[in-house]
Order: sequence, then structure tokens, then C-alpha cells
Amino acid sequence: MLDIRIPIGLLFTVLGVLVTAYGIITNSDTELYTKSFQYNVNLWSGLVMLVFGVVMLLTVKKKKT
Amino acid sequence: MKEALFHLQWIDYAIMIIYFMFVLGIGWVLKRYMKDANAFLEAGRSMPAWVAGLAFISTNLGALEVMGMTGSGAKYGMLTTHFYWIGAIPAMVFLAIFMMPFYYGSKARSVPEYLKLRFDEKTRGLNAILFAVMTVLASGISMYALALLMEKVLGWDFNVSLWLSAAIVLAYTYLGGLSSAIYNEVLQFFIIVIGLMPIVFLGLHEVGGWSGLKESLAPIVVEKGFAGDTFTTTWKYTGTAAGNPMGVEWYGILFGLGFVLSFGYWCTNFLIVQRAMAAESTTAARNTPLIGAIPKMLIPFLIIVPGIVALVLMNKTGSGFTIMENGKANYDLTIIKLLEYYLPTGVLGLGITALLASFMSGMAGNVSAFNTVWTYDIYQSYIRPATNDKQADAKHYLKVGRLATVFGVLVSIAAAYLAGLFGNIMDFLQTIFSMINAPLFAVIFLGMFWKRTTGHGAFIGLLGGFFVALLHHGLTVPAGATTLVKGGWISVAHTYPVEMAQNFWTAIFACAAAAIITVVISLGTKQQKTDDELRGLVYSLTPKIQEDHVVWYKRTNTLAIFVLVMMVILSILFW
Repeated sequence: MLDIRIPIGLLFTVLGVLVTAYGIITNSDTELYTKSFQYNVNLWSGLVMLVFGVVMLLTVKKKKT
Repeated sequence: MKEALFHLQWIDYAIMIIYFMFVLGIGWVLKRYMKDANAFLEAGRSMPAWVAGLAFISTNLGALEVMGMTGSGAKYGMLTTHFYWIGAIPAMVFLAIFMMPFYYGSKARSVPEYLKLRFDEKTRGLNAILFAVMTVLASGISMYALALLMEKVLGWDFNVSLWLSAAIVLAYTYLGGLSSAIYNEVLQFFIIVIGLMPIVFLGLHEVGGWSGLKESLAPIVVEKGFAGDTFTTTWKYTGTAAGNPMGVEWYGILFGLGFVLSFGYWCTNFLIVQRAMAAESTTAARNTPLIGAIPKMLIPFLIIVPGIVALVLMNKTGSGFTIMENGKANYDLTIIKLLEYYLPTGVLGLGITALLASFMSGMAGNVSAFNTVWTYDIYQSYIRPATNDKQADAKHYLKVGRLATVFGVLVSIAAAYLAGLFGNIMDFLQTIFSMINAPLFAVIFLGMFWKRTTGHGAFIGLLGGFFVALLHHGLTVPAGATTLVKGGWISVAHTYPVEMAQNFWTAIFACAAAAIITVVISLGTKQQKTDDELRGLVYSLTPKIQEDHVVWYKRTNTLAIFVLVMMVILSILFW
């Protein structure tokens, strides 16, 4: 059976890269981040997803070796 | 395109599209494992405990739940956590320790099938048919709500939204069956946590943390006529019904919500129990509700706390935050408005995707429970019984299961249009659901722990409990009710301060009546089943489970103690 950590890991890695990149591009856009009190929530959420996704993928690899 | 609340950018759509590509992809990859009915309808009983556990609570974390509970946060404050702590945890622990061994160990493939093994055919038939009807209707309602939301929030056409979301759900449940539904529930769990997290942080940041929240709430709550800290405490003001916004006393919460409603829901609803039945072993099946209980206890911080923040924002001049719609407060909008208020493009797409995902996995959950009950408890029991050729049967029932999936989705769509025609249908159905669930717990509980319980007793108990619930509903009303759907259609014998109090007491009466009737009829009728037939189905006739071979931290008892201690600590912290 497909190990569920593979799709979870892949999804959050992809979303993490996308949202982090968007956060970096828009980092100086003060108007966009007025709502979030100038916190770059895209960057932070993106990094959280990226770390989570990579950790998920790593646990899969560990099991195989 | 109609006027929409949000104007999504390319990045928001990209997130949404990537997410749903994964959803469909999971179904497509799982397709090749779906070789027989057992793999399709029961996930081959192969899920690790943590996967089943997350799916277990995720099934309950549908979008209607998220929207409703954030709204309740704004309406009742931290009192809403009763639904997550006392109103869920004891029931989940009970299910894990006492009931799961029978559900899983009996090799029953569904709750109705357990009823057949323990009682008789008519009890199973009654439960299976009611369950099948209710599940597709519930799925239809959630489809309707989803399409309505997409229309309002994203400006998408109602019909397009309805058929598109139905098509996605159908595609992945048709391909991967219960496994696909479970995998997507786990995926949904994580996306909802990550998608809503920014709101919690930004909300608490704006009001100055938990202490700031308490301070700004006090004048608002006092104005409502309650003590200043009513909205940030849970049990403190439940001494009287009038002292708290829920309008229920502590014993109403304890027995109505903590016992009758929650045990009826968590321990007997096949939609939920099915996730644990898909686990890979008895230990995994028993640990499923306990592993689910841990995130369950923390969910209030994700969805109720933002609701409380919303209440502060509504009363803050210049915030521009409102949930008013056509001159009336629409509390279901709270979470949507919070997304709009706090989230910039990017994370906004993530938040919307999380909501859409939870709508769809809710539907998929319903559909995957429906097709199991339909195939095993209705089709195999009454239309085409199993033959001697096991292999051909497995293929045949797989085909039937797939067709039932299509049928279930189509009926859901019809139900969604029906819900659009009759605005009250949702309230009506929710009332009926609770009337059917509460007696079921009494009957299953007696069946599991009292071997004298008979089939006739169970059957009449179920019906009797339902009629008592109906009677109670017909004789009482919540204050300010304007339609007969809310009750009082016989005459008004008692008025409850709020609807929730009425619901609690309806359930308490239904459960008590079902229990009394079942006991009385059982004593007056002959037990048709021998002790041998009841082995593995009744507590006193089943050997106790030995956990010695399991590592101590994976034992059901260890986890149960941990979960209960955590609940007590949380309750004390927010007393």
C-alpha cells in the first residue's frame, strides 16, 4: 500500500516552496502585508510547510534503509 | 461572475489547484490496490493507528463544523470547548477501551452488521436503512453549503460549484474507496491546521495575547449581562443556566453533552467508527480514537479562540469587522470574515483551500460510509446474498460498492438541490439525526454489556427512544422559536432558554427511554442467541484483552490515561 507520508511530504514540500518563494518576492510589499501587521505570513507559512513536508519525506526514507 | 467577497490572485488559485491535483492523484495511485470489495469498502483493514486516528477526528472536522464552531466561539466563548473536551474525550476513551474490541474483534464490517450479529436481522435492517438515508442527506447538505459558500465567497456559479465538487469527491472515492477517503482526511487535517494557524497568531497579536483578550472581552460580556470572564472560562458559570450564554447548567452539560450526545455520536456513528475499523490490528483499532483525541483537544485553540477574537473585533470601533448580513448576524460567516480580515494573498489561498478541502472530505466520508452499508447491509443481505464462490463474490461486491458510490453522490446532489428549496431542511434533519443517534447508543451499550439483551428488546428500544425524542421535541420549544421545526408542534409544555438546552434534553430523554424500554422488553422476551453465538460480542463472554506483548507507551490503557489527564489539565487551566 502507498505510504501516506509520501503524498503528504510531496504536497507540503511543493506548497512550501511555492508559498515561501511568493513570500520572498513580496517581502517589500508593505501594502500586501498591512492586514497582517507587516508580518510576512507567506514566508513563515511557507517555511513551516516546507519543513513539515521534508520531515515527512525523510521519515519515509529512514524506514526503507 | 457574481459579486464576490474575495478576489483571489494567481497564487491562491495555484495553491488550490496543486492541492486538488494531489487529492485526485492519491485516488489514482490507490486504484491498483482495489482488487476486491474488502479493499475498497474496508481499506483492507490495513491502516496504521496514527493514520486512522487522524482520519477519525478529521471526519468530524468538516467545514460545517469549523464554520459552526468558530461562530459558537463568538457566541459562547470558551464554553464551546465543552464540545471538544467533556463532550468528546470520555466518549472516545470509552470507545477505545470497551467498545472497539467488540466492533473490531467480531469481524463485523459495519455497525449495522454488529447489530445483526448481536441482535437480529430487523435491528440491523432498521439501522442500516436509517443510516444510509441520513448519510446521503448529510452529504447533500454539506454539498449545498459548499456550493453556497463558493458562490458567496469566490463568486463561482452555484451549479458549477456543486457539480465540480461532487465530481472531485466521486473521482477519488470511486478510484480508491475508503483508503482514498481516509488518506484525504489526513491530508485535510494538516492543511486545515496550517491554513488556519496564521489567523490564531495574528488574532492574538492584535488583541494583545490571552490576557489582552480577557481584558477587551470583559466590557463586551458584561454588556451582554454575564460576568466579565464568562467567555474565557468553561465551568465557572455553569452553576445556573442563566449565568452563561449556552443557557445550560453543569449537569445538563455533563449528562446531555458529555454522556448522551457524545457517546451517541462517537461510539455508535458508523461514519466515525469505520475509521477505527479500518485499522491494521486490534491494538491499532483501539488506539485510533485515543490518538485522534490528542489533536481533538487542541482544535479549540485553532477554531474557537479565533471566534472569540472575532467577538472583540466586532465590538471594536474602526476595525470594520462585521458578520452582519441583511441586518442579521450570521455567525457561520465568522471564519470566512476572519480569513478576509487577516490573510493577505497567498496564505489566503491556503485558508480557502483548507475550507474547501474539509467540505469535500466530509462528503467523501459520508459517501464511503454509505457505500459500505449499502453493499454489505442492504444489497448483500436483502438483494443478492453471498454465494459459495468467494472470489467471484469479492469482485461482484466491489462493482456494487463502486456503483453505490456513484449512486450516493447523485442522491447527494439531489439532496443539495432539495436543501436549496427548503431553507429549514438543515435544521430539520439535524434534529432528526440526534433523535436517531441517542437511542442507538443505549441499545448498543446494553447489547455489549448485558448478555440478556434480546433482539426484540433492541428493536423496540430503538423505535421507542425515537418516539420519546419526537414527543419531547413536540412538547417543548426554545425561547423565541418562530417555526414548528424548532419544536412545540403538539403543544408547549416547557420553554428552554436556548435551542442547545432543548437538544441536550431531547437526547437525554431519548437515551433513557430507549434504555428502559430495551431492558423491559428484553426481560419479557426469550434470548434467541446462545452464549456461544454471543462470544466476542458481549463483554462477559469475551476473554479480556492482554496487552503484555505491546510496548508500554503503545498500550491502550497508557494512552487512555494520558488523554484523560490532558483533558483534566486543560479543564482546570480554563476552569
